[in-house]
Amino acid sequence: MSHKSNYQPNSGFEKWMDERLPIIRLGYDSFVDFPSPKNLNYFWTFGGILAIFLVIQIITGVVLAMHYTPHADMAFNSVEHIRRDVNWGRLIQAAHANGASFFFLAVYIHIFRGLYYGSYKAPREVLWILGVVIFLLMMATAFMGYVLPWGQMSFWAATVITNFFSAIPLVGEGLMVFLRGAFAVDNATLNRFFSLHYLLPFMIAGVVGLHIWALHVPGNNNPTGVEVKTKSDTVPFHPYLTMKDLFAIVVFMIPFAWFVFFAPDILGHPDNYIPADPQVTPPHIVPEWYFLPFYAILRAIDFNIGPIDSKLGGVIAMFGSIAIWFVVPWLDRSKVRSGAFRPMFKWFYWIWIVNFIGLTYLGAQPAEGVYVILSKTATFYYFAYFLIILPFLPRIETTLPLPASISESVLAKHKTEAAE
Amino acid sequence: MKKLNSIIGAALIAASGLMAGGAYAAGAGDYKGPEAKLIDWTFGGVFGTYDKAQLQRGFQVFQEVCSSCHGAELFSFRMLEKEGGPEYSEEQVKALAASYTIQDPEHIDGERSGVPADKWPNPFESDQDAKDANGGVIPPDFSVLAKARNVPQKFPNWIGNYFTAYQEGGADYIYNLLVGYNEPPEGVEVGPGTYWNDHFHGSGGTLAMAQPIYDEMVDYEGAAPETVDQYAKDVAAFMMWLAEPDMTSRKQLGFNVLLFLFLFAGMMYMVKRRLWSNVDH
Repeated sequence: MSHKSNYQPNSGFEKWMDERLPIIRLGYDSFVDFPSPKNLNYFWTFGGILAIFLVIQIITGVVLAMHYTPHADMAFNSVEHIRRDVNWGRLIQAAHANGASFFFLAVYIHIFRGLYYGSYKAPREVLWILGVVIFLLMMATAFMGYVLPWGQMSFWAATVITNFFSAIPLVGEGLMVFLRGAFAVDNATLNRFFSLHYLLPFMIAGVVGLHIWALHVPGNNNPTGVEVKTKSDTVPFHPYLTMKDLFAIVVFMIPFAWFVFFAPDILGHPDNYIPADPQVTPPHIVPEWYFLPFYAILRAIDFNIGPIDSKLGGVIAMFGSIAIWFVVPWLDRSKVRSGAFRPMFKWFYWIWIVNFIGLTYLGAQPAEGVYVILSKTATFYYFAYFLIILPFLPRIETTLPLPASISESVLAKHKTEAAE
Repeated sequence: MKKLNSIIGAALIAASGLMAGGAYAAGAGDYKGPEAKLIDWTFGGVFGTYDKAQLQRGFQVFQEVCSSCHGAELFSFRMLEKEGGPEYSEEQVKALAASYTIQDPEHIDGERSGVPADKWPNPFESDQDAKDANGGVIPPDFSVLAKARNVPQKFPNWIGNYFTAYQEGGADYIYNLLVGYNEPPEGVEVGPGTYWNDHFHGSGGTLAMAQPIYDEMVDYEGAAPETVDQYAKDVAAFMMWLAEPDMTSRKQLGFNVLLFLFLFAGMMYMVKRRLWSNVDH
């Protein structure tokens, strides 16, 4: 960790340990003494919320795996067995299924907070890139988890998603069969998805460790985007941020509990209560809500671009829509980090957020009529934000004057509040 | 003030995300029939519980009418004793189970009389038999059917569902289907072996099941009216219970959990406020 270590081993055991494996020092420096900007707002609590949700998903998932049967003939009923016969099973299953939704809700807020306050800019590029890697791993994990109940939507989602890979020229068909383990989605597919669904969360946990490491070297960004200058700009992580995060976590648990206990199925699709049937295709195959924006982008490319047919084009656009996040630190040419001091950027940013929610809506609609045109427009703006606005807006934008330090901005804020 | 703004902002983004996400649950189904009638179920809402008498009547309809074609492979006799369900007595369930013959290859005769732990016997020996007896279509299993169906709702009606925890779409669909048999609209040809229903969403309004139930077909012991409308409500409620037999205890626990979370959040807020009161932030 980059800041000076203030850890003082007190007991004999701590001294003994500190000379051999300074793990207590690491914990103290990272989660107790770690200096954090004192002006962080509640959008900065979502990192802690996400850590808690990763733990919830892993614990509930490990218990579910003890009772689940990954076989095409038994998977559907084994999930019902968990709901009906396993002690607390219906709550563990509902917490796991709805936990995925809330995990994604939190991660979207976390990512979009980073986009607004410029948290991806130097010296936090690696921190941001690791975050994008976590998001991709989350998507793969969530998708494979959705397949496990082996209902109609599970089966057909697996068919549609693995089919993407067949769009790749030359090796596509072979790759698709390799991923499925069979020519069509079948028991082999279910088995490997179960295995990978158990593996990937631990890879996520590993990358989260790197993500936190990369956070603790430059330290937190903050709403002003001005780096910490003196000790008076910061508070120790514990107890100030631990208690604030804990409060935010408990508040976030309230809507989560609402869904788990009162509407556990409302975020899912009724068709997933029909056992998988390769002979019957559902009239509308839709992914879970958190994939809908990317699904809308996939379907927006319904035209050929030179040698690239519409299917491959859609797949490129869909993966590209996330891959582009990797280079955001270099696309954004603004010298001012925080969106709070960029009057023009703010507008484009909020339009992008509304556009993203619009894409979510469009992903759920049939690909016909006005929805197709809207999807294309929204997809265009999605990419234009990264490729045109972020690089070129700083040339014409006059930014607001930055405060000299975090403490000064806090004082100025109090002055305006007193005047009001 | 700024803090309040950011909290409101977060809540708005969360709410709009949920709304957009729910669009597909409601948007499904191209069929443009009359709007489904939504029933005021006893098991709806945060404090909903099943009506024991209604579940018993619904079970009677299932037993006497539906179960001659539809199976329910996750339904075992012992479930009928469960708290929050039809709550038949142990003796009643034992007697009921004993009145059924269960195929048991491990038994010396290959069959025996049932016990409460047995699953409800399937009306057909194999899927092929079920197809042969029903014009090539297997009658869907009832186990979780009430959760596999939904009624389409127009924008913006379904937004409220997230705040009222509306989970009764399947029961509403089953009710509407059972009362929805009708003359086909003008110009619509109904093929042989299929029937017109105003509320059937698949295959353009025609389905392979003839109207299964008519007035006075099932003799109720109590005062409940012996009409198709009442039968439909009762059997839909029974099917919802079959799909979600522990709903009552889940909701009761949920109420306590939410109460705890609200109190805990309030206390955490005060701790946080007190702690930060000496920091200029």
